[in-house]
Amino acid sequence: MIAIEWGGLAVQIVGGLLVLAGAGFFLIGAFGFLRMPDLFTRIHAASLADTTGMALVLLGLALLAGPSFAAAKLVCLVLFLLFMGPAATHALAAAALAAGIKPLHETGAKPSMSAARNARPAKPRKGRR
Amino acid sequence: MIAIFAALVAVLVAIVMLITRALTGPTIFDRLLAVNTIGNAAILIVALYGFVGGRPDFIDLGLTYALLNYVGTFAVLKFFRSGALGATTDENAS
Repeated sequence: MIAIEWGGLAVQIVGGLLVLAGAGFFLIGAFGFLRMPDLFTRIHAASLADTTGMALVLLGLALLAGPSFAAAKLVCLVLFLLFMGPAATHALAAAALAAGIKPLHETGAKPSMSAARNARPAKPRKGRR
Repeated sequence: MIAIFAALVAVLVAIVMLITRALTGPTIFDRLLAVNTIGNAAILIVALYGFVGGRPDFIDLGLTYALLNYVGTFAVLKFFRSGALGATTDENAS
């Protein structure tokens, strides 16, 4: 049982809903990380689990804990994750591009998506600079 | 309380999916990202289980594990970028 009972029923309900929503985001991110076809789309799916899911779960736990040292530690952990998760993701994508891994292009394009795919040129366009 | 148990089950199912991707990743970056996300899931499990047992002091363990996880990830990525972990004087522009 939770030893720290803070607030009334409303605070407990809101904290539980935040924890459930964060766990759902984490599960969806892991599922996308399993099912996406490419490395970069997998990075996009995993960043959802690494930032949104973890931040929601830890903030819900901080709300359940109430004003204590545990809540302060949880907020510090959330801030650290929100700073370092995108940095690690960007470093990983840059390292993958430097290693020569190409993103997907034009494979398995559905006809309904062809207009949206043709709007983005495959080659780097020669802009007027 | 029910929410915390449900979140624990969801994170465990997510860890099973991430281990599947880490075992069958085509590139090494897939495996590295899967291991990083498994570390984040371990932080979540430590925090949730600490709240189940009524001992929120486990969050210190989670903080330490987060620091170690990101240090390890950046070390491996720097090794892949520059080929060495030390301070390289001749930075080859990749």
